[in-house]
Amino acid sequence: MASARSLGRSGYLIFLIPGLVLSAAIVIVPLVMTIGVSFTRWQGVGAPVWIGLDNYVRLAHDPAFWASFQHIALLIVAMAIVPTLIGLVIAAVLFDFIAVAFGSRTASVFRSGFYLPQILPVAISGVVWGWILHPGYGALNSLLEAAGLPGLAHNWLGDPRYALYSVMAIMVWVQVGYPIVMFMAGLSRVDPELYEAAEIDGATWRQRFTKISVYLLKPEIYVVLVTTTIAALKVFGQIFVLTRGGPGTATLVPSYFAYKSFFERAEVGYGSAMSTVLTFIILGLTLVFLRVQARGEQPR
Amino acid sequence: MTPPRRSSAGQPYRRGWVRHAVLVALVIALLLTLAPFLVVALNAMKTPADYAAHGPIALPRSLDLAGIAAFWQRVDFTRKLLNSLVVSGSVAVLGVALSVMNAYALGIGKVRGRIWFLFVFLAANLLPQEAVVYPLYYLAKSLHLYDSLVAVIIIFTVIQSAFGTYLLASVYDHFPREILDAAAIDGAGPWRILVRIVVPLSWQTISVLFAFFFIWTWNEFFLPLVFLISNDHQTVPVALGVLQGQRFMDATTTSASALIGILPAVVFFVIFQRTLIRGVTTGAVK
Repeated sequence: MASARSLGRSGYLIFLIPGLVLSAAIVIVPLVMTIGVSFTRWQGVGAPVWIGLDNYVRLAHDPAFWASFQHIALLIVAMAIVPTLIGLVIAAVLFDFIAVAFGSRTASVFRSGFYLPQILPVAISGVVWGWILHPGYGALNSLLEAAGLPGLAHNWLGDPRYALYSVMAIMVWVQVGYPIVMFMAGLSRVDPELYEAAEIDGATWRQRFTKISVYLLKPEIYVVLVTTTIAALKVFGQIFVLTRGGPGTATLVPSYFAYKSFFERAEVGYGSAMSTVLTFIILGLTLVFLRVQARGEQPR
Repeated sequence: MTPPRRSSAGQPYRRGWVRHAVLVALVIALLLTLAPFLVVALNAMKTPADYAAHGPIALPRSLDLAGIAAFWQRVDFTRKLLNSLVVSGSVAVLGVALSVMNAYALGIGKVRGRIWFLFVFLAANLLPQEAVVYPLYYLAKSLHLYDSLVAVIIIFTVIQSAFGTYLLASVYDHFPREILDAAAIDGAGPWRILVRIVVPLSWQTISVLFAFFFIWTWNEFFLPLVFLISNDHQTVPVALGVLQGQRFMDATTTSASALIGILPAVVFFVIFQRTLIRGVTTGAVK
Protein backbone atom coordinates (compact mmCIF):
# COMPACT_ATOMS: atom_id res chain seq x y z
CA MET A 1 0.00 0.00 0.00
CA ALA A 2 2.88 2.33 0.77
CA SER A 3 3.94 2.08 -2.83
CA ALA A 4 0.52 3.06 -4.11
CA ARG A 5 0.56 6.06 -1.83
CA SER A 6 3.94 7.21 -3.07
CA LEU A 7 2.19 8.04 -6.33
CA GLY A 8 -0.58 9.74 -4.44
CA ARG A 9 -3.68 7.67 -4.13
CA SER A 10 -6.05 10.48 -4.93
CA GLY A 11 -3.97 11.33 -7.99
CA TYR A 12 -5.60 8.35 -9.65
CA LEU A 13 -9.12 9.62 -9.10
CA ILE A 14 -8.81 11.88 -12.11
CA PHE A 15 -8.60 8.81 -14.37
CA LEU A 16 -11.96 7.67 -13.10
CA ILE A 17 -13.77 10.94 -13.75
CA PRO A 18 -14.64 10.50 -17.47
CA GLY A 19 -15.89 6.98 -16.79
CA LEU A 20 -18.00 8.09 -13.85
CA VAL A 21 -19.49 11.09 -15.62
CA LEU A 22 -20.40 9.03 -18.68
CA SER A 23 -21.81 6.15 -16.62
CA ALA A 24 -23.92 8.62 -14.68
CA ALA A 25 -25.27 10.17 -17.89
CA ILE A 26 -25.85 6.98 -19.84
CA VAL A 27 -26.77 4.46 -17.14
CA ILE A 28 -27.47 5.81 -13.67
CA VAL A 29 -29.61 8.86 -14.47
CA PRO A 30 -31.68 7.04 -17.12
CA LEU A 31 -32.18 4.10 -14.76
CA VAL A 32 -33.44 6.39 -12.00
CA MET A 33 -35.70 8.11 -14.54
CA THR A 34 -37.15 4.77 -15.66
CA ILE A 35 -37.87 3.79 -12.08
CA GLY A 36 -39.47 7.19 -11.48
CA VAL A 37 -41.60 7.00 -14.62
CA SER A 38 -42.79 3.54 -13.60
CA PHE A 39 -44.94 5.26 -10.94
CA THR A 40 -46.64 7.46 -13.51
CA ARG A 41 -48.95 7.37 -16.45
CA TRP A 42 -47.10 8.92 -19.38
CA GLN A 43 -47.41 8.74 -23.14
CA GLY A 44 -43.98 10.19 -23.82
CA VAL A 45 -45.33 13.70 -24.37
CA GLY A 46 -46.66 16.20 -21.86
CA ALA A 47 -46.24 15.78 -18.15
CA PRO A 48 -46.27 12.35 -16.48
CA VAL A 49 -49.16 11.81 -14.06
CA TRP A 50 -48.29 10.26 -10.71
CA ILE A 51 -50.33 7.10 -10.15
CA GLY A 52 -48.33 5.40 -7.41
CA LEU A 53 -48.18 1.63 -7.72
CA ASP A 54 -50.99 1.33 -10.28
CA ASN A 55 -48.66 0.13 -13.06
CA TYR A 56 -47.34 -2.65 -10.85
CA VAL A 57 -50.84 -3.70 -9.80
CA ARG A 58 -51.79 -3.78 -13.48
CA LEU A 59 -48.73 -5.91 -14.27
CA ALA A 60 -49.68 -8.39 -11.57
CA HIS A 61 -53.08 -8.82 -13.22
CA ASP A 62 -51.78 -8.89 -16.80
CA PRO A 63 -51.67 -12.45 -18.20
CA ALA A 64 -49.13 -11.27 -20.79
CA PHE A 65 -46.75 -10.33 -17.96
CA TRP A 66 -46.91 -13.80 -16.43
CA ALA A 67 -46.74 -15.44 -19.84
CA SER A 68 -43.55 -13.55 -20.67
CA PHE A 69 -41.87 -14.79 -17.50
CA GLN A 70 -43.03 -18.35 -18.13
CA HIS A 71 -41.43 -18.13 -21.54
CA ILE A 72 -38.24 -16.86 -19.94
CA ALA A 73 -38.19 -19.91 -17.67
CA LEU A 74 -38.30 -22.13 -20.76
CA LEU A 75 -35.70 -20.00 -22.51
CA ILE A 76 -33.37 -20.45 -19.53
CA VAL A 77 -33.72 -24.18 -20.12
CA ALA A 78 -32.91 -23.69 -23.81
CA MET A 79 -30.14 -21.11 -23.41
CA ALA A 80 -28.46 -22.12 -20.16
CA ILE A 81 -29.24 -25.66 -19.04
CA VAL A 82 -29.42 -27.65 -22.27
CA PRO A 83 -26.32 -26.03 -23.85
CA THR A 84 -24.38 -26.62 -20.63
CA LEU A 85 -25.26 -30.32 -20.64
CA ILE A 86 -24.54 -30.77 -24.35
CA GLY A 87 -21.42 -28.64 -24.00
CA LEU A 88 -20.09 -30.80 -21.18
CA VAL A 89 -20.42 -33.97 -23.21
CA ILE A 90 -19.02 -32.52 -26.44
CA ALA A 91 -16.14 -30.73 -24.69
CA ALA A 92 -15.20 -33.88 -22.79
CA VAL A 93 -15.33 -35.99 -25.95
CA LEU A 94 -13.32 -33.45 -27.93
CA PHE A 95 -10.70 -32.98 -25.25
CA ASP A 96 -10.42 -36.44 -23.92
CA PHE A 97 -10.98 -38.50 -27.03
CA ILE A 98 -10.80 -36.63 -30.34
CA ALA A 99 -7.69 -34.69 -29.31
CA VAL A 100 -6.03 -37.93 -28.20
CA ALA A 101 -7.10 -40.12 -31.09
CA PHE A 102 -7.08 -37.63 -33.97
CA GLY A 103 -4.89 -34.78 -32.75
CA SER A 104 -5.64 -31.45 -31.13
CA ARG A 105 -5.98 -29.70 -34.50
CA THR A 106 -9.01 -31.83 -35.32
CA ALA A 107 -10.44 -30.99 -31.92
CA SER A 108 -10.04 -27.26 -32.50
CA VAL A 109 -11.67 -27.50 -35.93
CA PHE A 110 -14.71 -29.04 -34.25
CA ARG A 111 -14.62 -26.41 -31.54
CA SER A 112 -14.57 -23.55 -34.06
CA GLY A 113 -17.42 -25.12 -36.02
CA PHE A 114 -19.65 -25.43 -32.99
CA TYR A 115 -18.75 -21.89 -31.97
CA LEU A 116 -19.68 -20.32 -35.31
CA PRO A 117 -23.39 -19.63 -34.53
CA GLN A 118 -22.25 -17.63 -31.49
CA ILE A 119 -20.64 -14.95 -33.60
CA LEU A 120 -23.68 -14.27 -35.79
CA PRO A 121 -25.55 -11.10 -34.92
CA VAL A 122 -28.74 -12.21 -33.16
CA ALA A 123 -30.85 -10.46 -35.75
CA ILE A 124 -29.07 -12.32 -38.56
CA SER A 125 -29.60 -15.69 -36.89
CA GLY A 126 -33.23 -14.65 -36.76
CA VAL A 127 -33.25 -13.97 -40.50
CA VAL A 128 -31.57 -17.32 -41.20
CA TRP A 129 -34.00 -19.34 -39.12
CA GLY A 130 -37.04 -17.32 -40.11
CA TRP A 131 -36.35 -18.39 -43.65
CA ILE A 132 -35.55 -22.04 -42.85
CA LEU A 133 -38.74 -22.40 -40.79
CA HIS A 134 -40.97 -20.44 -43.19
CA PRO A 135 -44.24 -22.39 -43.67
CA GLY A 136 -44.44 -21.64 -47.41
CA TYR A 137 -40.94 -21.77 -48.81
CA GLY A 138 -38.79 -22.80 -45.85
CA ALA A 139 -36.11 -25.44 -46.17
CA LEU A 140 -37.16 -27.54 -43.17
CA ASN A 141 -40.66 -28.29 -44.45
CA SER A 142 -39.34 -29.02 -47.95
CA LEU A 143 -36.82 -31.39 -46.42
CA LEU A 144 -39.54 -33.18 -44.46
CA GLU A 145 -41.68 -33.48 -47.57
CA ALA A 146 -38.74 -34.76 -49.60
CA ALA A 147 -38.10 -37.33 -46.90
CA GLY A 148 -41.68 -38.56 -47.24
CA LEU A 149 -42.77 -37.10 -43.93
CA PRO A 150 -45.13 -34.30 -44.97
CA GLY A 151 -47.17 -34.96 -41.82
CA LEU A 152 -44.33 -33.58 -39.73
CA ALA A 153 -44.25 -30.27 -41.59
CA HIS A 154 -45.66 -27.47 -39.47
CA ASN A 155 -46.01 -23.75 -39.39
CA TRP A 156 -43.11 -23.70 -36.95
CA LEU A 157 -43.19 -20.08 -35.93
CA GLY A 158 -46.77 -19.22 -36.78
CA ASP A 159 -48.55 -21.91 -34.80
CA PRO A 160 -48.82 -21.10 -31.09
CA ARG A 161 -48.35 -24.77 -30.24
CA TYR A 162 -44.87 -24.90 -31.79
CA ALA A 163 -43.61 -21.32 -31.87
CA LEU A 164 -41.92 -21.25 -28.47
CA TYR A 165 -40.36 -24.69 -28.94
CA SER A 166 -39.00 -23.63 -32.31
CA VAL A 167 -37.45 -20.56 -30.72
CA MET A 168 -36.00 -22.75 -27.97
CA ALA A 169 -34.40 -25.09 -30.50
CA ILE A 170 -32.86 -22.11 -32.29
CA MET A 171 -31.46 -20.82 -29.00
CA VAL A 172 -29.80 -24.15 -28.26
CA TRP A 173 -28.16 -23.94 -31.69
CA VAL A 174 -27.00 -20.40 -30.98
CA GLN A 175 -25.68 -21.06 -27.49
CA VAL A 176 -23.99 -24.44 -27.53
CA GLY A 177 -20.60 -23.18 -28.76
CA TYR A 178 -19.98 -21.01 -25.72
CA PRO A 179 -19.93 -23.78 -23.08
CA ILE A 180 -17.86 -25.98 -25.41
CA VAL A 181 -15.12 -23.35 -25.64
CA MET A 182 -15.26 -22.63 -21.93
CA PHE A 183 -15.19 -26.25 -20.85
CA MET A 184 -12.40 -27.25 -23.23
CA ALA A 185 -10.27 -24.47 -21.80
CA GLY A 186 -11.17 -25.61 -18.31
CA LEU A 187 -10.26 -29.20 -19.06
CA SER A 188 -6.78 -28.20 -20.19
CA ARG A 189 -6.14 -27.21 -16.56
CA VAL A 190 -6.79 -30.77 -15.45
CA ASP A 191 -3.76 -32.79 -14.49
CA PRO A 192 -3.58 -35.75 -16.91
CA GLU A 193 -2.18 -37.87 -14.09
CA LEU A 194 -5.55 -37.71 -12.43
CA TYR A 195 -7.11 -39.43 -15.43
CA GLU A 196 -4.33 -41.97 -15.55
CA ALA A 197 -4.76 -42.76 -11.89
CA ALA A 198 -8.48 -43.18 -12.43
CA GLU A 199 -7.87 -45.49 -15.36
CA ILE A 200 -5.45 -47.62 -13.38
CA ASP A 201 -8.13 -47.90 -10.72
CA GLY A 202 -10.42 -49.22 -13.45
CA ALA A 203 -12.73 -46.23 -13.81
CA THR A 204 -14.90 -46.26 -16.92
CA TRP A 205 -15.12 -43.26 -19.26
CA ARG A 206 -18.46 -42.36 -17.76
CA GLN A 207 -17.14 -42.46 -14.21
CA ARG A 208 -14.17 -40.34 -15.17
CA PHE A 209 -16.49 -37.88 -16.87
CA THR A 210 -18.88 -37.49 -13.95
CA LYS A 211 -16.42 -37.86 -11.07
CA ILE A 212 -13.44 -35.93 -12.43
CA SER A 213 -14.24 -33.72 -15.41
CA VAL A 214 -17.57 -32.38 -14.19
CA TYR A 215 -16.22 -31.91 -10.69
CA LEU A 216 -13.15 -29.99 -11.83
CA LEU A 217 -15.17 -27.87 -14.25
CA LYS A 218 -17.38 -26.52 -11.46
CA PRO A 219 -16.10 -22.93 -11.76
CA GLU A 220 -16.65 -22.89 -15.53
CA ILE A 221 -20.08 -24.51 -15.25
CA TYR A 222 -21.01 -21.87 -12.72
CA VAL A 223 -19.86 -18.99 -14.91
CA VAL A 224 -21.60 -20.41 -17.99
CA LEU A 225 -24.89 -20.91 -16.15
CA VAL A 226 -24.79 -17.41 -14.67
CA THR A 227 -23.97 -15.58 -17.89
CA THR A 228 -26.38 -17.54 -20.06
CA THR A 229 -29.22 -17.23 -17.55
CA ILE A 230 -28.80 -13.46 -17.55
CA ALA A 231 -28.65 -13.50 -21.35
CA ALA A 232 -31.92 -15.46 -21.41
CA LEU A 233 -33.61 -12.87 -19.19
CA LYS A 234 -32.63 -10.16 -21.67
CA VAL A 235 -33.40 -11.95 -24.94
CA PHE A 236 -34.85 -9.61 -27.58
CA GLY A 237 -33.32 -9.74 -31.05
CA GLN A 238 -34.37 -13.22 -32.10
CA ILE A 239 -37.89 -12.68 -30.79
CA PHE A 240 -38.22 -9.39 -32.65
CA VAL A 241 -37.08 -10.86 -35.94
CA LEU A 242 -38.70 -14.30 -35.70
CA THR A 243 -42.09 -13.83 -34.10
CA ARG A 244 -42.57 -10.33 -32.62
CA GLY A 245 -43.73 -12.13 -29.50
CA GLY A 246 -46.54 -13.88 -31.36
CA PRO A 247 -48.65 -15.55 -32.43
CA GLY A 248 -50.75 -13.85 -29.73
CA THR A 249 -48.46 -13.92 -26.73
CA ALA A 250 -47.02 -17.36 -27.51
CA THR A 251 -43.40 -16.17 -27.55
CA LEU A 252 -43.69 -12.88 -25.68
CA VAL A 253 -40.68 -12.03 -23.48
CA PRO A 254 -40.18 -9.18 -20.98
CA SER A 255 -37.89 -7.08 -23.16
CA TYR A 256 -40.27 -7.23 -26.12
CA PHE A 257 -43.15 -6.49 -23.76
CA ALA A 258 -41.32 -3.32 -22.67
CA TYR A 259 -40.40 -2.39 -26.25
CA LYS A 260 -44.05 -2.66 -27.32
CA SER A 261 -45.24 -0.59 -24.38
CA PHE A 262 -42.67 2.12 -25.10
CA PHE A 263 -42.71 2.43 -28.83
CA GLU A 264 -45.90 0.88 -30.15
CA ARG A 265 -48.48 1.61 -27.47
CA ALA A 266 -46.99 4.80 -25.99
CA GLU A 267 -47.52 3.40 -22.50
CA VAL A 268 -44.19 4.59 -21.19
CA GLY A 269 -45.09 4.25 -17.51
CA TYR A 270 -46.25 0.68 -17.96
CA GLY A 271 -43.18 -0.29 -19.99
CA SER A 272 -40.99 1.34 -17.34
CA ALA A 273 -42.64 -0.77 -14.64
CA MET A 274 -41.89 -3.92 -16.63
CA SER A 275 -38.28 -2.80 -17.17
CA THR A 276 -37.91 -2.01 -13.48
CA VAL A 277 -39.14 -5.46 -12.47
CA LEU A 278 -36.73 -7.12 -14.89
CA THR A 279 -33.83 -4.93 -13.74
CA PHE A 280 -34.36 -5.85 -10.10
CA ILE A 281 -34.63 -9.55 -10.94
CA ILE A 282 -31.32 -9.40 -12.82
CA LEU A 283 -29.51 -7.33 -10.19
CA GLY A 284 -30.91 -9.56 -7.42
CA LEU A 285 -29.70 -12.68 -9.23
CA THR A 286 -26.29 -11.08 -9.72
CA LEU A 287 -25.98 -10.35 -6.01
CA VAL A 288 -26.91 -13.94 -5.16
CA PHE A 289 -24.38 -15.25 -7.69
CA LEU A 290 -21.61 -13.00 -6.35
CA ARG A 291 -22.39 -14.13 -2.80
CA VAL A 292 -22.26 -17.80 -3.76
CA GLN A 293 -19.02 -17.23 -5.64
CA ALA A 294 -17.43 -15.38 -2.71
CA ARG A 295 -18.44 -18.18 -0.36
CA GLY A 296 -17.01 -20.77 -2.73
CA GLU A 297 -13.68 -18.97 -2.79
CA GLN A 298 -13.32 -18.48 0.96
CA PRO A 299 -11.78 -21.81 1.98
CA ARG A 300 -8.82 -21.26 -0.31
CA MET B 1 -4.45 -26.29 -26.25
CA THR B 2 -2.10 -28.97 -25.09
CA PRO B 3 -3.14 -32.50 -25.95
CA PRO B 4 -3.25 -34.72 -22.92
CA ARG B 5 -0.35 -37.09 -22.88
CA ARG B 6 -1.58 -40.51 -22.20
CA SER B 7 0.81 -43.23 -23.13
CA SER B 8 -0.79 -46.22 -21.49
CA ALA B 9 -4.41 -47.24 -21.09
CA GLY B 10 -7.22 -45.63 -23.08
CA GLN B 11 -8.30 -49.16 -23.90
CA PRO B 12 -11.73 -48.34 -25.28
CA TYR B 13 -10.16 -45.97 -27.81
CA ARG B 14 -8.05 -48.74 -29.23
CA ARG B 15 -11.09 -50.43 -30.62
CA GLY B 16 -11.45 -49.02 -34.10
CA TRP B 17 -15.19 -49.03 -34.36
CA VAL B 18 -15.73 -47.08 -31.15
CA ARG B 19 -13.25 -44.47 -32.34
CA HIS B 20 -15.02 -44.09 -35.62
CA ALA B 21 -18.55 -44.24 -34.24
CA VAL B 22 -17.77 -41.31 -31.93
CA LEU B 23 -16.10 -39.41 -34.75
CA VAL B 24 -19.07 -39.99 -37.06
CA ALA B 25 -21.51 -38.85 -34.37
CA LEU B 26 -19.53 -35.66 -33.86
CA VAL B 27 -19.28 -35.00 -37.59
CA ILE B 28 -23.06 -35.34 -37.86
CA ALA B 29 -23.52 -32.93 -34.96
CA LEU B 30 -21.16 -30.48 -36.62
CA LEU B 31 -22.93 -30.77 -39.97
CA LEU B 32 -26.26 -30.09 -38.27
CA THR B 33 -24.73 -27.02 -36.67
CA LEU B 34 -23.37 -25.78 -39.97
CA ALA B 35 -26.36 -26.84 -42.10
CA PRO B 36 -28.18 -23.49 -41.78
CA PHE B 37 -25.12 -21.69 -43.13
CA LEU B 38 -24.84 -24.09 -46.05
CA VAL B 39 -28.53 -23.98 -46.92
CA VAL B 40 -28.48 -20.19 -46.87
CA ALA B 41 -25.41 -19.99 -49.10
CA LEU B 42 -26.87 -22.55 -51.49
CA ASN B 43 -30.14 -20.73 -51.99
CA ALA B 44 -28.73 -17.24 -52.13
CA MET B 45 -27.07 -18.25 -55.39
CA LYS B 46 -30.16 -19.60 -57.11
CA THR B 47 -32.33 -17.79 -59.57
CA PRO B 48 -35.95 -17.42 -58.40
CA ALA B 49 -37.00 -19.72 -61.26
CA ASP B 50 -34.52 -22.40 -60.22
CA TYR B 51 -35.81 -22.09 -56.66
CA ALA B 52 -39.44 -22.31 -57.74
CA ALA B 53 -38.72 -25.40 -59.85
CA HIS B 54 -36.51 -27.39 -57.51
CA GLY B 55 -37.14 -26.08 -54.00
CA PRO B 56 -34.72 -25.09 -51.26
CA ILE B 57 -32.76 -28.28 -50.78
CA ALA B 58 -31.65 -28.97 -54.35
CA LEU B 59 -28.24 -27.84 -55.51
CA PRO B 60 -28.33 -24.67 -57.62
CA ARG B 61 -28.44 -25.44 -61.39
CA SER B 62 -26.18 -22.51 -62.07
CA LEU B 63 -24.40 -20.03 -59.87
CA ASP B 64 -26.32 -16.80 -60.00
CA LEU B 65 -25.14 -13.85 -57.97
CA ALA B 66 -27.64 -11.44 -59.53
CA GLY B 67 -30.06 -11.89 -56.64
CA ILE B 68 -27.43 -10.97 -54.11
CA ALA B 69 -26.29 -8.00 -56.17
CA ALA B 70 -29.86 -6.76 -56.63
CA PHE B 71 -30.58 -7.04 -52.92
CA TRP B 72 -27.31 -5.33 -52.07
CA GLN B 73 -28.30 -2.39 -54.28
CA ARG B 74 -31.84 -2.31 -53.02
CA VAL B 75 -30.91 -1.96 -49.35
CA ASP B 76 -27.78 0.13 -50.08
CA PHE B 77 -25.77 -2.44 -48.21
CA THR B 78 -22.45 -0.63 -48.68
CA ARG B 79 -23.88 2.21 -46.63
CA LYS B 80 -25.01 -0.20 -43.86
CA LEU B 81 -21.60 -1.84 -43.78
CA LEU B 82 -19.95 1.57 -43.41
CA ASN B 83 -22.34 2.56 -40.63
CA SER B 84 -21.65 -0.67 -38.78
CA LEU B 85 -17.91 -0.27 -39.25
CA VAL B 86 -17.93 3.30 -37.99
CA VAL B 87 -20.02 2.45 -34.94
CA SER B 88 -18.18 -0.76 -34.02
CA GLY B 89 -14.71 0.64 -34.70
CA SER B 90 -15.31 3.83 -32.71
CA VAL B 91 -16.84 1.93 -29.82
CA ALA B 92 -13.97 -0.55 -29.75
CA VAL B 93 -11.32 2.22 -29.62
CA LEU B 94 -13.16 4.54 -27.22
CA GLY B 95 -14.44 1.69 -25.07
CA VAL B 96 -10.95 0.28 -24.63
CA ALA B 97 -9.56 3.73 -23.76
CA LEU B 98 -12.26 4.30 -21.18
CA SER B 99 -11.84 0.80 -19.72
CA VAL B 100 -8.10 1.29 -19.35
CA MET B 101 -8.50 4.61 -17.54
CA ASN B 102 -11.18 3.27 -15.19
CA ALA B 103 -9.26 0.10 -14.48
CA TYR B 104 -6.04 2.05 -13.92
CA ALA B 105 -7.70 4.08 -11.18
CA LEU B 106 -9.43 1.08 -9.63
CA GLY B 107 -6.93 -1.74 -10.06
CA ILE B 108 -3.59 0.07 -9.73
CA GLY B 109 -4.62 3.30 -8.03
CA LYS B 110 -6.88 1.43 -5.57
CA VAL B 111 -8.99 4.56 -5.15
CA ARG B 112 -11.23 4.60 -2.10
CA GLY B 113 -14.52 2.77 -2.54
CA ARG B 114 -13.21 0.70 -5.41
CA ILE B 115 -15.47 -2.27 -4.59
CA TRP B 116 -18.51 -0.03 -4.93
CA PHE B 117 -17.28 1.47 -8.17
CA LEU B 118 -16.67 -2.00 -9.52
CA PHE B 119 -20.16 -3.05 -8.55
CA VAL B 120 -21.62 -0.01 -10.33
CA PHE B 121 -19.69 -0.89 -13.50
CA LEU B 122 -20.73 -4.53 -13.29
CA ALA B 123 -24.37 -3.51 -12.81
CA ALA B 124 -24.14 -1.10 -15.75
CA ASN B 125 -23.04 -3.98 -17.93
CA LEU B 126 -25.69 -6.42 -16.73
CA LEU B 127 -28.60 -4.03 -16.83
CA PRO B 128 -31.28 -4.87 -19.39
CA GLN B 129 -31.08 -2.15 -22.02
CA GLU B 130 -34.80 -1.45 -21.85
CA ALA B 131 -34.21 -0.11 -18.32
CA VAL B 132 -32.42 2.89 -19.83
CA VAL B 133 -33.76 3.03 -23.36
CA TYR B 134 -36.69 5.39 -22.99
CA PRO B 135 -34.91 8.14 -21.03
CA LEU B 136 -31.97 7.89 -23.46
CA TYR B 137 -34.36 8.11 -26.39
CA TYR B 138 -36.04 11.11 -24.82
CA LEU B 139 -32.73 12.82 -23.97
CA ALA B 140 -31.27 12.12 -27.41
CA LYS B 141 -34.33 13.68 -29.02
CA SER B 142 -34.06 16.83 -26.94
CA LEU B 143 -30.31 17.07 -27.68
CA HIS B 144 -30.89 16.52 -31.42
CA LEU B 145 -28.80 13.35 -31.25
CA TYR B 146 -31.67 11.07 -32.18
CA ASP B 147 -31.12 9.02 -35.34
CA SER B 148 -27.40 9.77 -35.23
CA LEU B 149 -24.49 7.38 -35.05
CA VAL B 150 -22.89 9.60 -32.40
CA ALA B 151 -25.55 8.79 -29.80
CA VAL B 152 -25.18 5.06 -30.41
CA ILE B 153 -21.39 5.29 -30.23
CA ILE B 154 -21.47 7.13 -26.89
CA ILE B 155 -24.00 4.73 -25.37
CA PHE B 156 -22.15 1.57 -26.39
CA THR B 157 -18.78 3.01 -25.37
CA VAL B 158 -20.16 3.28 -21.85
CA ILE B 159 -21.91 -0.09 -21.81
CA GLN B 160 -18.94 -2.01 -23.23
CA SER B 161 -16.39 -0.23 -21.06
CA ALA B 162 -18.37 -1.27 -18.00
CA PHE B 163 -17.41 -4.85 -18.79
CA GLY B 164 -13.89 -3.86 -19.80
CA THR B 165 -13.37 -2.03 -16.54
CA TYR B 166 -14.44 -5.04 -14.57
CA LEU B 167 -12.14 -7.38 -16.48
CA LEU B 168 -9.09 -5.09 -16.67
CA ALA B 169 -9.34 -4.03 -13.02
CA SER B 170 -8.97 -7.64 -11.98
CA VAL B 171 -5.89 -7.94 -14.21
CA TYR B 172 -4.40 -4.70 -12.83
CA ASP B 173 -5.03 -5.90 -9.27
CA HIS B 174 -2.14 -8.29 -9.77
CA PHE B 175 0.08 -5.90 -11.69
CA PRO B 176 3.69 -6.25 -10.46
CA ARG B 177 4.23 -3.47 -7.92
CA GLU B 178 8.01 -3.43 -8.32
CA ILE B 179 7.74 -2.18 -11.89
CA LEU B 180 5.40 0.63 -10.88
CA ASP B 181 7.61 1.59 -7.94
CA ALA B 182 10.74 1.60 -10.06
CA ALA B 183 9.09 3.89 -12.59
CA ALA B 184 7.84 6.18 -9.84
CA ILE B 185 11.35 6.44 -8.37
CA ASP B 186 12.63 7.39 -11.81
CA GLY B 187 10.22 10.28 -11.64
CA ALA B 188 7.49 9.05 -14.00
CA GLY B 189 4.07 10.53 -13.33
CA PRO B 190 0.80 8.53 -13.42
CA TRP B 191 0.13 9.36 -17.08
CA ARG B 192 3.58 8.29 -18.17
CA ILE B 193 3.33 5.07 -16.18
CA LEU B 194 -0.04 4.34 -17.75
CA VAL B 195 1.06 4.93 -21.34
CA ARG B 196 4.62 3.59 -21.16
CA ILE B 197 4.26 0.68 -18.78
CA VAL B 198 0.74 -0.42 -17.92
CA VAL B 199 -0.73 -0.35 -21.42
CA PRO B 200 2.15 -2.18 -23.15
CA LEU B 201 2.30 -4.82 -20.43
CA SER B 202 -1.44 -5.52 -20.56
CA TRP B 203 -1.63 -5.42 -24.34
CA GLN B 204 -2.91 -9.02 -24.53
CA THR B 205 -6.00 -8.31 -22.46
CA ILE B 206 -6.51 -5.02 -24.26
CA SER B 207 -6.52 -6.72 -27.65
CA VAL B 208 -9.07 -9.24 -26.39
CA LEU B 209 -11.28 -6.38 -25.23
CA PHE B 210 -10.91 -4.63 -28.57
CA ALA B 211 -12.02 -7.74 -30.48
CA PHE B 212 -14.96 -8.31 -28.17
CA PHE B 213 -16.15 -4.71 -28.17
CA PHE B 214 -16.02 -4.64 -31.95
CA ILE B 215 -18.00 -7.84 -32.41
CA TRP B 216 -20.47 -7.21 -29.61
CA THR B 217 -21.22 -3.75 -30.96
CA TRP B 218 -21.51 -5.07 -34.51
CA ASN B 219 -24.06 -7.61 -33.26
CA GLU B 220 -26.14 -5.20 -31.15
CA PHE B 221 -29.75 -4.92 -32.15
CA PHE B 222 -32.06 -3.40 -29.55
CA LEU B 223 -30.62 0.09 -29.05
CA PRO B 224 -29.63 0.61 -32.71
CA LEU B 225 -33.17 -0.45 -33.65
CA VAL B 226 -34.58 2.28 -31.44
CA PHE B 227 -32.02 4.97 -32.22
CA LEU B 228 -31.24 4.54 -35.91
CA ILE B 229 -34.51 4.83 -37.76
CA SER B 230 -33.57 6.39 -41.08
CA ASN B 231 -32.29 4.21 -43.89
CA ASP B 232 -29.04 6.14 -44.12
CA HIS B 233 -28.10 5.47 -40.52
CA GLN B 234 -29.07 1.84 -39.99
CA THR B 235 -26.49 -0.76 -39.09
CA VAL B 236 -26.34 -4.17 -40.80
CA PRO B 237 -28.36 -6.15 -38.23
CA VAL B 238 -31.04 -3.46 -37.95
CA ALA B 239 -31.42 -3.09 -41.71
CA LEU B 240 -31.73 -6.84 -42.28
CA GLY B 241 -33.74 -7.48 -39.12
CA VAL B 242 -36.50 -5.03 -39.96
CA LEU B 243 -36.73 -6.22 -43.57
CA GLN B 244 -37.55 -9.76 -42.43
CA GLY B 245 -41.16 -10.52 -43.25
CA GLN B 246 -41.61 -7.61 -45.68
CA ARG B 247 -43.66 -8.41 -48.72
CA PHE B 248 -40.86 -8.30 -51.28
CA MET B 249 -38.77 -10.72 -49.20
CA ASP B 250 -39.28 -13.91 -51.17
CA ALA B 251 -37.25 -17.07 -50.67
CA THR B 252 -34.14 -16.23 -52.65
CA THR B 253 -34.11 -12.61 -51.47
CA THR B 254 -34.35 -13.72 -47.86
CA SER B 255 -31.47 -16.11 -48.23
CA ALA B 256 -29.45 -13.42 -49.99
CA SER B 257 -30.21 -11.16 -47.05
CA ALA B 258 -29.14 -13.83 -44.57
CA LEU B 259 -25.95 -14.52 -46.52
CA ILE B 260 -24.76 -10.94 -46.70
CA GLY B 261 -25.53 -10.65 -42.98
CA ILE B 262 -23.49 -13.76 -42.22
CA LEU B 263 -20.46 -12.90 -44.34
CA PRO B 264 -19.06 -9.98 -42.31
CA ALA B 265 -19.50 -11.98 -39.10
CA VAL B 266 -17.57 -14.89 -40.58
CA VAL B 267 -14.83 -12.54 -41.78
CA PHE B 268 -14.46 -11.13 -38.25
CA PHE B 269 -14.50 -14.62 -36.83
CA VAL B 270 -11.60 -15.59 -39.06
CA ILE B 271 -9.70 -12.41 -38.20
CA PHE B 272 -10.31 -12.51 -34.47
CA GLN B 273 -10.68 -16.25 -33.90
CA ARG B 274 -7.62 -16.74 -31.73
CA THR B 275 -8.19 -13.62 -29.70
CA LEU B 276 -11.84 -14.51 -29.25
CA ILE B 277 -11.28 -18.01 -28.01
CA ARG B 278 -8.56 -16.83 -25.68
CA GLY B 279 -10.84 -14.06 -24.53
CA VAL B 280 -13.89 -16.21 -23.85
CA THR B 281 -11.81 -18.07 -21.33
CA THR B 282 -9.84 -15.22 -19.71
CA GLY B 283 -12.97 -13.18 -19.28
CA ALA B 284 -14.56 -15.83 -17.20
CA VAL B 285 -12.00 -17.54 -15.06
CA LYS B 286 -9.37 -15.25 -13.67
